[in-house]
Amino acid sequence: MSSFTVAALEAVADTIVQNKELLTSLDAAIGDADHGINMARGFEAVRVKIRAAAPGTDISGLLKLTGMTLISTVGGASGPLYGTAFMRAAAAAQGKATLDPDGITQIWSAALQGIKDRGKASRGEKTMLDAMEPAYEAFVEAVKAEKSLVESLDAACEAAKEGIEYTKTIIATKGRASYLGERSLGHQDPGATSSYLMLAALTEFCRSQQLGA
Amino acid sequence: MVGIVVVSHSAKVAEGIRELALQMAKPEQKIIAAGGMADGSIGTDAMRVSEAIVDAMTDAGVIVMVDLGSAVLSTDTALEILDENLRARVRIADAPILEGTIGAVVEASVGSPLEQVLATAEGAREMRKCL
Ligand SMILES: Nc1ncnc2c1ncn2[C@@H]1O[C@H](COP(=O)(O)OP(=O)(O)OP(=O)(O)O)[C@@H](O)[C@H]1O
Ligand SMILES: [Mg+2]
Repeated sequence: MSSFTVAALEAVADTIVQNKELLTSLDAAIGDADHGINMARGFEAVRVKIRAAAPGTDISGLLKLTGMTLISTVGGASGPLYGTAFMRAAAAAQGKATLDPDGITQIWSAALQGIKDRGKASRGEKTMLDAMEPAYEAFVEAVKAEKSLVESLDAACEAAKEGIEYTKTIIATKGRASYLGERSLGHQDPGATSSYLMLAALTEFCRSQQLGA
Repeated sequence: MVGIVVVSHSAKVAEGIRELALQMAKPEQKIIAAGGMADGSIGTDAMRVSEAIVDAMTDAGVIVMVDLGSAVLSTDTALEILDENLRARVRIADAPILEGTIGAVVEASVGSPLEQVLATAEGAREMRKCL
């Protein structure tokens, strides 16, 4: 499970690094043009740290390492936000040697709450929460309907994508983009986009491992 | 004497504010700049902030002055990493970073307690410059 978790985190890191330019250009439109740079710097550091982690490090330990690394290397608001999310996820994963959909639900719920506690935002403020929260809800619903893990993750990705579209229709009231007021309309939120990308990478990773397909 | 930490996205801004504040400070007063990232990039780093808080800590506590956005989020995160008994002696000032730091340093230099230094720092919000 440990090498599996490392591979899953690497898949997430890879997608962020590959999409550095996209995320930065989205942030150039309504922020300070650094979201991709910030996230890529953070996840490049994560990649190094998790590869160097002791072989026996458990799921919780790897998530914590990821969170601690993000809070000290990302640099923008997404650092403490995603960093807190991973640290809360680590706490929720403690004692878990494997992950089933219920376990993932608990961990995801803790991560989501971490983002809300840290950023004091709620849905509709044009942030990562507009992708993350509907995705989480779609996942929970699919699990409840006894869909497989990959099917449930697919449903979550779909909801996150809709969330990104939704951010184009609203005005930012949190973060840098809030300085733009109405001028933030029509643009998609960079953080909602990075949330979707991470989730999509995790989904593809699970599909490639034929997890609960 | 209450210690002061200056958190900015820019190392130059944090250092510059510290430099200005030192002119008004007592020689033994602790004013720590926590600006930018370890690699020199612009940004805020919760680890750097938590180390700065530890460096600035005195029996009287620490006031953290912040600039924009993630400076607050990183400082909140730094507090969460810190030991509980240290955390209890830290306040984040909701104030303009430069004027607030000057006010806080002067208030701290006369030995005022934490809450009074905080109030003075936050009082900088109301200070008029052009009358
Ligand atoms: N308070 C918040 N709650 C939730 N998400 C937020 C909040 N503030 C910003 N975000 C998210 O962070 C993204 C921006 O991340 P980025 O890495 O560019 O940080 P930044 O805004 O440049 O940080 P800084 O505050 O240092 O300027 C936004 O697109 C948004 O999704
Ligand atoms: Mg930005």
